[in-house]
Amino acid sequence: MTVSPSSFIQGAGSLLAGLGVTIRAMFQPVVTSQYPRQLLNISPRFRGHIKLLASTENPEKNGCIACGICAKNCPSGSIKNVEGEKREGEKRKTATSYTLDYTTCSQCGICVESCPSDCLAFSADFNCAGYKREDFYYELVKEFEKRKKTS
Amino acid sequence: MEQIGNMIGWETVKMVVGLVGVLIFVVFNALILTWAERKVAGHMQRRIGPKEVGPYGLIQPIADALKLLGKEILTPRDVDKPLYYLAPMIIFVPVLVSFIVIPFSASLLVMDINVGILVILAFSSLSVFSILMAGWGSNNKYALIGAIRSIAQNIAYEIPLLLSLLPIIMMTNSFSLKTIVEAQNGLWFVVYQPLAFLIYFIAAVAETNRTPFDLPEAESELVAGYHTEYSGMRFALFFLAEYTNIFIVSAIAVTFFLGGYQGPFLPGIVWFLLKSYSLVFVIMWLRWTFPRVRFDQLLNISWKALIPLAFINLLVTGGLLKL
Repeated sequence: MTVSPSSFIQGAGSLLAGLGVTIRAMFQPVVTSQYPRQLLNISPRFRGHIKLLASTENPEKNGCIACGICAKNCPSGSIKNVEGEKREGEKRKTATSYTLDYTTCSQCGICVESCPSDCLAFSADFNCAGYKREDFYYELVKEFEKRKKTS
Repeated sequence: MEQIGNMIGWETVKMVVGLVGVLIFVVFNALILTWAERKVAGHMQRRIGPKEVGPYGLIQPIADALKLLGKEILTPRDVDKPLYYLAPMIIFVPVLVSFIVIPFSASLLVMDINVGILVILAFSSLSVFSILMAGWGSNNKYALIGAIRSIAQNIAYEIPLLLSLLPIIMMTNSFSLKTIVEAQNGLWFVVYQPLAFLIYFIAAVAETNRTPFDLPEAESELVAGYHTEYSGMRFALFFLAEYTNIFIVSAIAVTFFLGGYQGPFLPGIVWFLLKSYSLVFVIMWLRWTFPRVRFDQLLNISWKALIPLAFINLLVTGGLLKL
């Protein structure tokens, strides 16, 4: 290990520069978000589980016409029980049940793209947690009604 | 009180009180330092660090200590039992002995021995012994490699450590820490001996097995080094000794180079703790700045740079003193 004086000075300088970086970082504001108390803004293109949107004609009811195209297109077969009924004075059916099995969903978005009435969208729901598999079988029609009530 | 004192001798009472005080200080110091270490680490990485338990996470170390106390004391099946049991106890002896001679202030000093610094250096060599016992007794390859590294490192760095303190001892003609502090009434010795201070500080960081010289405990290579197989309170003893050692090397640096407990306005103990903890902060600062050195680099720094420089420094000091 032969060290020339110039490289020694250079090395010592770089050590001090490194110390400078850390001490400056110490007095700068923190960049982390304190999760349970502080939430980040969710990007508009975030893909959570899908949700039903309101109908364009009648915002009181969901826009799903129970055609079942999403269920047929789903590559993982995660969408089940798409059923609806035709109410009086309406041209199309309205969904009464719509089950999403979130355990197999891969958020590919084919259902959202293929929906003919544009009533499917990604939700921003990111903190889903449950104790059993059944906790992730989402009833989207019920969820829509609940959302409507709270908003 | 007088009677009890006469019966067993005031010196004994003083020693017992001193030892209890030292024990309390050791535990308190380790609690504060673990908290400080995590806070410093956090802020240097632009995080917050512990914040949930108590204000600013101040109760966190107590929660951790309680957890360690409550854990079952596990003994792996194939360990060498006497060595395995003794190691964490022996690592605590040098720690306690060192505190006896460190002058916290002009009057706050358990015992002013006229070979004070020799006591500290001699006993701190014992910790190598305990590390070897822990590494060998654990019957674990990581522990053994960590222990061997630690010994090679501690032996290499004990020499520059001693050699950097010798010029001061030559200047003051005394091994007593109190005399050395009193001799720095005017100017601190760091002004006369900047090179010795630098050498001492580098060697001290290596002696305490701290980054960038933390090869014995390198998490990424050796799990945890010599205390891999220890858990619960036995691990806590290693941890306690480690953090106390950081304080001790800083306290010796303050005593030898930075004027010890001397300073204007504030009482001696405040100055002493202020200076010591500033140095402890610098050691933490180094840890969160520099990456670990390679093993050949580690030994080269000591044998090829620090020891020759320390010898030259010693010779020059001796020559100047003779003039």
